[in-house]
Amino acid sequence: MTKQVKPAPKPKKPTTVKKPVTPAASKKTAKPQGQSKSLRSGKSIVPRESVAGTALIFVIGIMTFLACITLGGVSMIKTSAGKWQSDISREVTIQIRPFDEVEMEKAIKDASAIALQFEGVVKTTALNDKETARLLEPWLGAGLKLDELPVPRLLTVTIAEGAKPDFAAMGQQLEAQVPGSTLDDHRAWVERLTTMALTMVAIGTSIFLLMMAATITTVIFATRGAMAGNKDVVDVLHFVGADSKFISGQFQKHFLNLGLKGAASGTFGAIILFIILGLWTSNSVATPQGDQVGALFGTFSLGWSGYFGMLIVLCLVAVLTAVTSSITVQRQVNALQNYKR
Amino acid sequence: MISFENVGLRYGIGREVLSDLSFQIAPNSFQFLTGPSGAGKTSLLRLMLLSLQPTRGLVKVFGKEATTIKPQQMPIIRRKIGVVFQDFRLLDHLTTYENVALPLQVRGQMEQNYRQDVRDLLDWVGLGDRMHVHPPVLSGGEKQRAAIARALIDQPDVLLADEPTGNVDPPLARRILRLFIELHRSGTSVIIATHDLSLMDQYDARRLVINSGRLQIYD
Ligand SMILES: Nc1ncnc2c1ncn2[C@@H]1O[C@H](COP(=O)(O)OP(=O)(O)OP(=O)(O)O)[C@@H](O)[C@H]1O
Ligand SMILES: [Mg+2]
Repeated sequence: MTKQVKPAPKPKKPTTVKKPVTPAASKKTAKPQGQSKSLRSGKSIVPRESVAGTALIFVIGIMTFLACITLGGVSMIKTSAGKWQSDISREVTIQIRPFDEVEMEKAIKDASAIALQFEGVVKTTALNDKETARLLEPWLGAGLKLDELPVPRLLTVTIAEGAKPDFAAMGQQLEAQVPGSTLDDHRAWVERLTTMALTMVAIGTSIFLLMMAATITTVIFATRGAMAGNKDVVDVLHFVGADSKFISGQFQKHFLNLGLKGAASGTFGAIILFIILGLWTSNSVATPQGDQVGALFGTFSLGWSGYFGMLIVLCLVAVLTAVTSSITVQRQVNALQNYKR
Repeated sequence: MISFENVGLRYGIGREVLSDLSFQIAPNSFQFLTGPSGAGKTSLLRLMLLSLQPTRGLVKVFGKEATTIKPQQMPIIRRKIGVVFQDFRLLDHLTTYENVALPLQVRGQMEQNYRQDVRDLLDWVGLGDRMHVHPPVLSGGEKQRAAIARALIDQPDVLLADEPTGNVDPPLARRILRLFIELHRSGTSVIIATHDLSLMDQYDARRLVINSGRLQIYD
């Protein structure tokens, strides 16, 4: 029933395939190396182009972009709030409207003396005729003679940082003793703006934290999704003898690459957006809209800390992608390696 | 090399697919594993490959009781066992050449050291001109030969082949059988699961026959 087959003579036995083939022997039989380039097997063992991979880059890109925009917004509001806060401690102004019988120079001196009585007032500076004229030039033209016109004069009162003079009392004394003078204390509305800005910073920070949580979760799930298609690859690599370090290393490299691509496009998209907005606002300072935006936000310049924060978001997202893929692979390989009942 | 003691296997709560298997695979031996479709040949190979745990009984590979093998030792055991899966399991995004070279690549060998070996083996299984093609465009028989080449490339101590001639014509089946015999002569223990009687008739070897969960051995 059974007959023995004589192995027919053949040019190459599988035994020649055994590792200890001497390099010299294989060199002798080596064919022209023309094809060697296409024979390269050093290329990635993880599938390069996949729909899941592209989708992952896309998702990471969008999430990083949104996170960076939030971060930039928060950082800008924070800068503005800081500026407003320091404005408070800087100065108030006294305006003196000319009365017929009042001599202006005397009024200014009186007002200055009253202001300087109060604690925390460092100095007063009167805008001299020239400065006032320059201030009014856009409306009244050059070559203005202040003596001939009933132009109010301004007195800047500089306040020590942190000091809180009694502005109400100061205003009352001024009105009583210097006719035509009023105290313009913009402190009230600056304070209100600051409170608002701080609230916005708090809200913005919470939004940023939520945004980061959403980004992290999305990145983890998208990475796992992209990994699902690679289950067979992991299986095969395991069965041909790859250890878990090798397998997870391959995937980690690949997914770090995907994560970097996605996160970099998102971050640089956000940075470019801020640069464009910055250019737009600085070009339109002269226009009413520009002035308003400028008053609220300063300019759209982010400052180094903002850009630095965005780069941190970039790195975080890319590393997260790599680590997630690596953990997913590690789990799968562990399940394959584990022989326990 | 591999020994089974009173091994039983059931999937979930179903009937016992394999029961009371006790046998040994000696070093440098050659055997066919046969039985009707659905008898449990693939399941038995998976038990030997340690990719499946038995419901009861003892499995030993290379002198080690399987449950005592630590996860980090598993790759070392995998490298000693070559497998030809019934469904090939080639990686579609790699070329035939890269698929066959994969076991060497994951062992960290330098490509210039094995390039010629891989080519020779591919030539020998008749895939020399299909080297740069990706598996999806290979015919069933070509895929099978690529899978066989991948299992042989590092000359394993044990070769488990699941229906290795299921998709090829009789002359090629004979050729592949001769390849396995050569491998056996150079020191590998070969286990071929097949239900191809004519293939088994061509070589006088030990036969493990599974029938309704029981194993009979014809030496
Ligand atoms: N993962 C599984 N879960 C549940 N049942 C399974 C599983 N794998 C196999 N079986 C069952 O175990 C039995 C043996 O299957 P196995 O694949 O080992 O047979 P086989 O001898 O290899 O068949 P064939 O010759 O068709 O390949 C079959 O009845 C099959 O349905
Ligand atoms: Mg089977």
